Amino acid sequence: MSLSVPAAAADPFADKPSVLEVDGLVKHFPITQGIVFQRKVGAVKAVDGVSFNLREGETLGIVGESGCGKSTLAKLLMRLEEPDAGTVKFRGKDFLSVKGDELRRLRRKIQIIFQDPYTSLNPRMSVGDIIAEPFKLHPEEKPKQGIRNRVKELLDLVGLNPEHINRYPHQFSGGQRQRIGIARGLALNPDVIICDEPVSALDVSVQAQVMNLLDDLQKEFGLSYIFIAHDLSVVRHISDRVGVMYLGKLAELGTQDEIYTGPAHPYTQALLSAVPLPDPTLRGAREQIVLQGDPPNPANPPSGCRFRTRCWKATEICATQEPELISRGQITQLTACHHAQQNEKVIPSHG
Amino acid sequence: MTESQTSTGFTPGTSPGDAPLLEVKDLQVEFRTKAGVARAINGLNFTLHAGETLAILGESGSGKSVTAQTIMGILDMPPGRIAGGEIRYRGDDLLTMNEESRRKLRGGKIAMIFQDALSSLNPVLPVGWQIAEMFRVHRGMKRKEARAKAVEMMQRVGIPGAEERAGDFPHQFSGGMRQRIMIAMAIALDPDVLIADEPTTALDVTVQAQVMRLLKDLQTEFNMGLILITHDLGVVADVADKIAVMYSGRVMEAADVYETYAKPGHPYTQGLLASIPRIDDEGGRLRAISGLPPSLTDMPPGCPFNPRCEFATDRCRTERPELRLVAEGHLSACHYAEDVYAGTATRTRRPSPTGAGMIDVSEEAPE
Repeated sequence: MSLSVPAAAADPFADKPSVLEVDGLVKHFPITQGIVFQRKVGAVKAVDGVSFNLREGETLGIVGESGCGKSTLAKLLMRLEEPDAGTVKFRGKDFLSVKGDELRRLRRKIQIIFQDPYTSLNPRMSVGDIIAEPFKLHPEEKPKQGIRNRVKELLDLVGLNPEHINRYPHQFSGGQRQRIGIARGLALNPDVIICDEPVSALDVSVQAQVMNLLDDLQKEFGLSYIFIAHDLSVVRHISDRVGVMYLGKLAELGTQDEIYTGPAHPYTQALLSAVPLPDPTLRGAREQIVLQGDPPNPANPPSGCRFRTRCWKATEICATQEPELISRGQITQLTACHHAQQNEKVIPSHG
Repeated sequence: MTESQTSTGFTPGTSPGDAPLLEVKDLQVEFRTKAGVARAINGLNFTLHAGETLAILGESGSGKSVTAQTIMGILDMPPGRIAGGEIRYRGDDLLTMNEESRRKLRGGKIAMIFQDALSSLNPVLPVGWQIAEMFRVHRGMKRKEARAKAVEMMQRVGIPGAEERAGDFPHQFSGGMRQRIMIAMAIALDPDVLIADEPTTALDVTVQAQVMRLLKDLQTEFNMGLILITHDLGVVADVADKIAVMYSGRVMEAADVYETYAKPGHPYTQGLLASIPRIDDEGGRLRAISGLPPSLTDMPPGCPFNPRCEFATDRCRTERPELRLVAEGHLSACHYAEDVYAGTATRTRRPSPTGAGMIDVSEEAPE
């Protein structure tokens, strides 16, 4: 690995238009007490000011530990939850204020693939009906060749046998079900697909098949992905840019190369150094940062920097002043840390 | 039809003259289901020595958890049935032992950690009480004495404020802390063999690192034999001494961990290693293994991996390969193990573009 600034690699999406612009997105879930008169006693700050943009054909990976708000973020982007503050623009149009017919039209363009292929498909509907449902909800998108033919096409596209159109979800394995979920997501020719942990329920050998499929579909249809996952290796493989979330905020945001070869936020460094490498000869060969304790309660995050309670670099300024997500000094990616410093040693280069 | 694989067992990396702690010979377990008899384990062999870590690696349905349950003696029977084989702990066969002697070993000398700590702990009893139960039942200790020991164990596994938290209930702890409580229970009676069934799968990566480090430290301290059951190739590379790769209830490959990662002797292991995305490599397209694992009630004839194998020939479709030595201390159940090991095997098929099936190389039109 060369120690040269990773920015040397030009951003291939620099001149592509933004599909999704997210600015200052906030979602707090109230904690209530009492049975008849529910008093609000606090709020779980699930997403607390997240901003990024997604460009055409790009994959933005979002990583973080459980409870960091990554799935809430997915729901907000789908408008399955209404945010408390912030804006989401889809191709320049405010996605959060549109209503009625226009909302339905925009919704077609943003689809989601869920984590659990066992609960996200209706067990009483045949595969053909599941994949045809988007056309029933959006009749004006009805395919010219007929719904059934289009469903068969979609099945073929995701590597399933079109003859199996009348089968039910329980007749398929986990990987095949995830393919059905992908076919449903593709039905309305979306621009953006939000993948919420799409491969974490799958076995290792099947996981690679689904990731390759997502890759192929992106190239073929010019899709933009928001890829949410907790597996850092999977995210590196599929993403062009990566955002690291901690307690409802982005800690670091940069290209895949910047984040993985020169992480600057202590949390990113700890996260990456904790991932075991599938190579026994690297045992003990790298610096491992083992964090103490668990993430704090999102209902009562620490003052200043949210990571300071587990951070080995924390000083007074971290307790009083919240670090902004900005580019700092020589560091090309955006980091939210007062003491940001690149560390190339957490992942040894792979030869 | 004999389902057994070779009974030579494998003992790479052990000092000669050292009697094994645990020896599994030709173990066979099946389940009666509506769809027929599912052969979950078809002739399993391994040995475990004190202080050694054996990783059993496999995907869902490969029989790795059933192996753990059978050794612990907690397999649900029926529908499960042990169709043959031996499990010897210090020379005594656990499967023919009477229930009373077995109960003394279970939890005492052979202990287990489960994947999901929340559903494995009793939700309505304080955790200190649950750890103390081990001392009361197995050691006949008085309540007060047992509680003091429980607090000591909680301190040993790194639970902060153990004295005050012993009265807390499982739901009041985080996932990592709950797993530590399970570990405290498992090591309470100083076991010789510790079986960890996916101990960190439900945990976040930073917490996983903490728990794995704790397990490793405890193993060294108590000189335990550790059986680590997992699907994570990274965790195995980090902690295991030797490895057994399972597929469809059979061991496909067994060897020293360095040897397995450097020179896999079975196409399945090779495929697994090639198909995982690596954090230290942005890589190109992943080399996925196409197709799906076979159903246990409807196993293909010959090698169970043949429908997904790039090197499969007619011999693989008819004749079941035995587990045999390909190099010193390296066992593989493949007809072409030597060629795979040396990297000279002939590819007969390649995965279809969508990754759902295989295409015969010979059927392809020449370009």
